[in-house]
Amino acid sequence: MSGAGGFFEDLFRGLLQGTPPGAVYALVALGFVLTYKTSGVFNLAFGAQAYISAAMYFKAHTLWGWPKWAALVVSAFVLAPLIGLVLERLIFRHLRTASAVSKLVVALGLSVALPELFNQAARFTAVAGRQITGIIPDGASVFYDPFGVYRFNRDELAMMAVALAATLLLAALFRFTMIGLAMRAVVESPRMTELSGINADRTSAFAWALSSTFAGLAGVLIAPRFNSLLSTDFFTLVVIAVAAAAVGKLVSLPRALLGGLGLGWLIAVFNTFLPRWSGDHTWLRPFQENLTPSLPFVVLFAILVLWRAIGREREASDPLSGVDPPPPALAALARHPKLTLFTRLFGVGFIAVVGSVVWFRAGVLWMHLVTTAVIMAVIYLSVTVITGMAGQISLCQGTFAAIGGFTIFQMADRFNMSVLAAALLGAGVAAAVGAVLSLPVLRLGGVWLAIATLAFAFFFDAVMVKFSWVGGGTTALLTGTRVPRPLVGPIDFASDRAFLVLAVVVLVIVSVVVIQLREGTVGRTLTALRGSEVAAASIGISAARARIIAFAVSAAIAGLGGALLSMHQQNVNYSTNFGPVNALFWLVIVVALGARTVEGAIQAGAAFALFEPLILKGDLLAWILRGEDHLPGLLPISGSWRLVLFGMMAIQFARHPEGLVEHGKRRASARINRWLEAREGAAP
Amino acid sequence: MAPILELRDVEAGYGPFRALFGVSLSVGPGESVALVGANGAGKTTLARLSCGLVAPSAGTVLVDGEEVGSGRPSAWRFVRAGVAHAPEGRSVFASLTVEENLALSFHRAFGRAGLAGALDRAYELFPRLGERRTQVAGTLSGGEQRMLSLARVLVESPRLLIADELSLGLAPMIVDQVFETLGRIRAAGTALLIVEQQVGHALELCDRAAVLEHGLITWQGPSKEAGAVLESRLFETGAAR
Ligand SMILES: Nc1ncnc2c1ncn2[C@@H]1O[C@H](COP(=O)(O)OP(=O)(O)O)[C@@H](O)[C@H]1O
Ligand SMILES: [Mg+2]
Repeated sequence: MSGAGGFFEDLFRGLLQGTPPGAVYALVALGFVLTYKTSGVFNLAFGAQAYISAAMYFKAHTLWGWPKWAALVVSAFVLAPLIGLVLERLIFRHLRTASAVSKLVVALGLSVALPELFNQAARFTAVAGRQITGIIPDGASVFYDPFGVYRFNRDELAMMAVALAATLLLAALFRFTMIGLAMRAVVESPRMTELSGINADRTSAFAWALSSTFAGLAGVLIAPRFNSLLSTDFFTLVVIAVAAAAVGKLVSLPRALLGGLGLGWLIAVFNTFLPRWSGDHTWLRPFQENLTPSLPFVVLFAILVLWRAIGREREASDPLSGVDPPPPALAALARHPKLTLFTRLFGVGFIAVVGSVVWFRAGVLWMHLVTTAVIMAVIYLSVTVITGMAGQISLCQGTFAAIGGFTIFQMADRFNMSVLAAALLGAGVAAAVGAVLSLPVLRLGGVWLAIATLAFAFFFDAVMVKFSWVGGGTTALLTGTRVPRPLVGPIDFASDRAFLVLAVVVLVIVSVVVIQLREGTVGRTLTALRGSEVAAASIGISAARARIIAFAVSAAIAGLGGALLSMHQQNVNYSTNFGPVNALFWLVIVVALGARTVEGAIQAGAAFALFEPLILKGDLLAWILRGEDHLPGLLPISGSWRLVLFGMMAIQFARHPEGLVEHGKRRASARINRWLEAREGAAP
Repeated sequence: MAPILELRDVEAGYGPFRALFGVSLSVGPGESVALVGANGAGKTTLARLSCGLVAPSAGTVLVDGEEVGSGRPSAWRFVRAGVAHAPEGRSVFASLTVEENLALSFHRAFGRAGLAGALDRAYELFPRLGERRTQVAGTLSGGEQRMLSLARVLVESPRLLIADELSLGLAPMIVDQVFETLGRIRAAGTALLIVEQQVGHALELCDRAAVLEHGLITWQGPSKEAGAVLESRLFETGAAR
């Protein structure tokens, strides 16, 4: 094809070629903007909703042989809005006045749980290589070539038409109709909207039904582009579309359309020209290979960092928030002294019993699981620092952990360095990366910071890991990213018991560091910042320094934990352990259980590692019932139900944003406090 | 005829905190009541209760002798029953324009056909708003935001208007004008429940007064007598005006 025309013809072809994928990004970006405008939710579960409709369509049309229109109606116009209504009623109605960050966490949980729930309920599994036939007749096989340089198929034309029509229709909805205005009003203040005589519940139910229908429609339209239906592909598509939506600051529909198309054009143009340039300039090669997958994340990151207008505007706050009671204090602070003593004794006793059972009785598998739990608790403490203390959402903790893991791999592989020293080095490298990353994103708050860190995580995944000095290149392909266990003098940590002790020691040290940090100046500064940035600034508290420290410390902890996990598994196992999507779990699980306290992180670690074998497989019950033959037929429960439970956790979080553990503690300690006080009152 | 609004032994608060302890108060059609009390006495809580923003933890809130909704507070039902509320402070949608802020209420109250007329009346009342109709409300000055949230309820002339600290943050001239308008819609038949720091103005406007102290109504009577009562109370309790 090259040489067939001049530069301009190639450019023109590149632009045409980029239009259909651009329309896909635009379609998702529009849905994203629609949800954000009408419900205030940064809906990372948009991809999950699209996936469900696409899968439903596939099942109805391809597997059951329904006519296309019926499959479309059921999947996009019945199932999709239904899901939206249920989500609104069960979850988002309770979160209407919550911070954008809490909504983001819940949406993240749903993005994982919803596809699993659908797959389980509908017994759906992705069939590799079995493509969806789209709703357009002969969509993929009839072509049009209007300019004689690029052939569009019918599916692509339909998609572009729908994206354009959706932009116009939705813009008209917001500009000319009352319901459009009411939906925007509800996002800002449901109570004020009610004072205007508008039923806020019904309005936001409509908003969810509308945006979910759009998600379903987008899913069905886009699905034929994938080789097989996988919910993760849809998730990645959403992250890409966020870049397009960011062009419109998440609120402008026409700009989201342009952003999507622009992204498609940019990628296509680079794909056209970069291979030629890199023939002359060899240093461009690694970039060329990874450019297409990473370009959206680079663009997203660049938009967030370079466009000063973004992230500047504060979240418009509800003028009637004074109607809500203030959030209750941490349970530990309102506890009767006797209860505190009792809890401490119980905690020590519990750990002693569990510890000795594991030490003396546990087999290899259990030793492994407990060690994993301890290490995950270390990693989760990094979330406690950045989210629990600093109140900021970082979605790249997995990347920091991976940096720790890759550092010890590289150091041991190339320089034969002692792994323990390498682990400290890894924590240092992660801290440095964290600090550097924090500089450009510092001024971004809330949701924007979350997106920027997510873009960084995806960028690291798409580009950095491919470099041989990070991910190991061909060495890693041939022999895996192997990591030895440490050997210190006479103690060989290749023994699982010894390694468990090491992990526990690290956990204790990190816990102490986190508690010290919380009680110290940095912790107090961060607490003040959480309360009110403006007030804190007016009394001369420097936000920047404390935030950079929080970022660096959090990254260091994650890096240390990542190094430990790699040693434990004797392999970095990057994509299973630290891939950008997996690491999203971490945030949800920690925040759901309680991000403010060290116990929260430890419980989250235990939940992550032990929940599946202990509860789902029924091992604990088997042990209690003395033998597997007595297990009820329900068990073992399939592992993917874990993800559904995880979604339930997100729902619970919507009701109790302080964290489930904290919520339980508050209820229990309030009751016991009352009882103790009554007793003291009775017998003074 | 049943009073428009009736509170019967209501208690209310925020979380574990109690702000009102067994308050009874009623406002009949065309009646006007001034609610006075020290800072933190619970006036705002009572106003919120009367328009469905806060649910009572005990007792009942009746509109036209009937309970509104069931249990959960739903302010929009109160509004549709003719009870409008201008909350304290800068109660506007910061991200919407002046016109959109007003249209939200007026469209519901007057329909699409009556919208333009209602907007004109609002701009006639506060010409400043007319000059700034396409400006985003969040960028208005504090006084202009007050005007906007008042324009919404004053133009609507509901059956009962609850106004919380409406003069706060407004220039004295505008305050006089607002009270003039209140007098006019009162004469046209709207009942009023006025919470006001400038007690003089409020007592002049209203026929009845109620004194709220520490979450209890301690005195109710004709507003002419209220001045003397307040003076003696201020000596007793030391409560600041
Ligand atoms: N959202 C809230 N959470 C907790 N307490 C509140 C809240 N709003 C008001 N209060 C308390 O309720 C009491 C009554 O407040 P309010 O009704 O606003 O008084 P007033 O309007 O008479 O000054 C005060 O002690 C106040 O501190
Ligand atoms: Mg008040």
